[in-house]
Amino acid sequence: MSASLTDNTQKGTLAIRGGRVIDATGERVADVLIDESGRIVDVGPDLTGDRTLDATGCVVSPGFVDLHVHLRQPGREEAETIETGARGAALGGFTAVVAMPNTDPTMDCASVIRDVLALSRGVACDVFPSAAITVGRKGEALTPMAELVGLGVRMFTDDGDGVQDDRLMRRALEYTVGLAPFSGGAPITLAQHCEVKALAEGGFMHEGAWSSRLGIPGQPAEAEVIMVMRDIALARRTGARVHFQHVSCADSVALVRAAKAHGLPVTAEATPHHFCLTDAACASYDSVFKVHPPLRTDADVAAIRAGLADGTIDAIATDHAPHPQHLKELPFDEAPAGMLGLETALALALTELDLPLAKVLALLSWQPAAIANLDAVHGGAIVAGRPANLAIIDPDVTWVVRGDAMASKSRNTPFEGRTLRGKVRHTVLHGEPVVVDGEPTR
Amino acid sequence: MKHLLSIDDLGGESGIDEVLRVTDRFVEVSARDIPKVPALRGYTVAWLFYEDSTRTRLSFETAAKRLSADTMNFSVSSSSVNKGESLRDTVETIAAMGVDAIVVRHKSAGVPSQIARWIDASVINAGDGSHEHPTQALLDAYTIRHHFGSLEGRHIAIVGDSKHSRVARSNVKAFTALGAEVTLVGPQTLLPPSLEGWPVNVSHDLDAVLPTVDVCYLLRMQRERMTEALVPSLREYHTYYGLDGARAARMAKGSIIMHPGPMNRGVEITADVAGLDNAVITEQVANGVAVRMAVLFLLLGSGVDVIGSQS
Repeated sequence: MSASLTDNTQKGTLAIRGGRVIDATGERVADVLIDESGRIVDVGPDLTGDRTLDATGCVVSPGFVDLHVHLRQPGREEAETIETGARGAALGGFTAVVAMPNTDPTMDCASVIRDVLALSRGVACDVFPSAAITVGRKGEALTPMAELVGLGVRMFTDDGDGVQDDRLMRRALEYTVGLAPFSGGAPITLAQHCEVKALAEGGFMHEGAWSSRLGIPGQPAEAEVIMVMRDIALARRTGARVHFQHVSCADSVALVRAAKAHGLPVTAEATPHHFCLTDAACASYDSVFKVHPPLRTDADVAAIRAGLADGTIDAIATDHAPHPQHLKELPFDEAPAGMLGLETALALALTELDLPLAKVLALLSWQPAAIANLDAVHGGAIVAGRPANLAIIDPDVTWVVRGDAMASKSRNTPFEGRTLRGKVRHTVLHGEPVVVDGEPTR
Repeated sequence: MKHLLSIDDLGGESGIDEVLRVTDRFVEVSARDIPKVPALRGYTVAWLFYEDSTRTRLSFETAAKRLSADTMNFSVSSSSVNKGESLRDTVETIAAMGVDAIVVRHKSAGVPSQIARWIDASVINAGDGSHEHPTQALLDAYTIRHHFGSLEGRHIAIVGDSKHSRVARSNVKAFTALGAEVTLVGPQTLLPPSLEGWPVNVSHDLDAVLPTVDVCYLLRMQRERMTEALVPSLREYHTYYGLDGARAARMAKGSIIMHPGPMNRGVEITADVAGLDNAVITEQVANGVAVRMAVLFLLLGSGVDVIGSQS
C-alpha cells in the first residue's frame, strides 16, 4: 500500500477521502474534513485539505473506546508502559482507553492519578485512569472518591479483586450517587470484576471437564455468578450505575439480561478471548491461555455471543494484560493471568462474531464511550463540530497475528498464528494521524 | 514415542502392552545374580525432583543403573532454584550438559509438558501435581496382570481422593485401556468435579462395591484435605472409606489390595490389612524398578537387543 498521508510533517487541515462513514446515526459515503484545531468541520462529498488520508475501500468510524486495559505503569514497566500500551491501542483503532488501577502503587489517591495523567500526555491515545474503589484494592476502606472524581475519574473498580464485603460494596454504590456535583453532573460508574474469592481461590482455570482431566484446580462459574447476583440486587437498592467487567459465563449473561429488562442501571462488557476461546485451550498447559475470569465452555461462548447480539452486553473490552515471557513460562498454576488484546480486538470481532459491521463498531466505540462518560469527546457521531477521534478500518483485509510484531512490550497473545479478517488502517486522535497505513506515528 | 508425559502418549492398549512385555524381560534381569545389562551404556539420565519423593526417585535411579546409564541428580533444595533461577533456565542448563532423558517430578500439573517444549531430551513424568504419574500406572497394571493374567473384564475400585490424585488419573487411563472396569469410590468432595469423558463408574458406598472387585486400590489420604473442608474428619473418612480387617474379609476370594504408598496407616488402610497375604504393596514397589527400566529402554534404547547379555 502506498503512503496515504500526503505529508505528515505539514500542519493544516486534514481530509479523509474515499471512505464509507459509519456511526451511531447510520452510514453514508462521505469524506471527512478536519481543521487545525482537531475538530471535524465538514462531512460530505469531494472534500480536500492541506493533507489527505486515503480511505478508499475503508470504513471511517468513531475511534474505539476500551473500558478495560492494564497499562502496567507505574510499577511494572517491564511488561508495558503507558506509551507502548497507548501505541498498541492506536494500532487497534482505540482513541481512548480506561486504565485499570492495579498498578504499583495502586491508583487509589490523587497523587497517583495525577502521575498517570502526566505520563499520558502526548501518547497515541487518550488515557482515562479509573481509580480503585477501596484503598490498595484491599476491600477494606473507600478511596477518596469525590477528590478523584474532581481529577477526572469517572469509573471506579478494584479490578482483579471484586469487592468481597457486601456492606462495603453497598456503601461504595450509595456514595457514588452523590458525586455528581464534583463531576460536573456526569454520572459515576462502579465497575466490578465479579469473583467470590472463597469459591475461586486456589483455582487456576474454569472448573469442569477440562480442569478435571488436566488435574489443574478449577474455579466454578458460580464464583462469578453469585457476585453478579449480589451487585444487581445492590444496584436496585442504591440506584447506582454498575458495570460488569468481562462477563464470562452464560448465567451472568442471563442475569444481566433480566436486570436490564427490569430497567436497572447495569451495563456489561465481554472480552474477545471470552467469545473466541474455551477452557479446552488449557490442555497445552501453556499459561498464555490463563486469564481471570477463566476461559469457559462452548455454551458460555455461545451465551456471550448471544448477549453481544441482543444488546445484553454493551461493549467489547480487551482486558489487555501484558506479562513478560519469563513469567508466562512459570508452571500454569504459578504464572500470572492475562493476555494481550488491544491489537486483535477488532479483527476477532469481525472474524468470529456473526454481526453487522455497524453493530461491531457500536460495541467497540460509542456504547463503551457512553458507559465511561466519554461521549462528549469519543465515540459520538461523525459530524461537524465534533472532536476528530476516528478509526479508519479495512474490514476485508486478512492478516496473521504475530506477538512479536505488536507494539506491546509483551508478547502474550493467545491468538498467535491465527489468520484474521479486518484491520485498522489509520487512527486519528484529536485531528492528528497517530496510525497511518498500519504504522504508528508516535 | 519420545516422551512419557501421560498414559495417552503410549497410544492405548498396544503401547501399554509393549511396555508390560518388555517389563517381563527386565523382571527376569532383576532376578539375576548380577542384575545389570549394558543397554543404556553411554546414556545420561537426570533427575529433576521439585517435590520430595524418595521412593520414586530411588526406583528410577535403580532402574537406570541396572541399564548401565549414567545418572545425574539435580537437587532442587540445594541448587540455584533457591536463588531464583527459573524452571526454563534450570532445564536448559541441565540439557546443555548433554542428557538423554530428564525425569521430572513437580507439584504443578503440566510442568513436564512445558519442559518437553523447551529441550531435545526425552522427558519422563514422575508425577505432576494432580495430573498424571504414568510409570506408577504401568507398574500397577503390571502387578495386576501378574496376578490375573490380564486386566480384561477385571473390576478395579479406586478408593479415596481421586480428585487430587495423579495416580488415579493415570490408572483410570491405563486400566480401562487394558479392558478393566473401574469404579471410583469416595465422598463426592473427593471425586473430580466433572467425569465427562471418563470411562468409569462412581460409587459413594465402599461396602457395596467391595465384594464385587478383583482389586481394591487405595489412594493416599492427604491430611491437608481436612483444612479444605473436603471431609469432616479423618475419623469419619476412615469409618466409611478406610479398609480395615472386617471390610477386607468381605472381599472376594483371590482379590488383591493395592496402594501406591506411602501409606497412612489407620486412615485409608489399617496395619493388619497392610500385612495381609493379598496386599501386594511391596510387590508393586519391586515391579516399579522393572517397569521404569522398560520405559527408559523404550524411550532411549537404540532398538538393539542387549537385554540378553550380562555386563
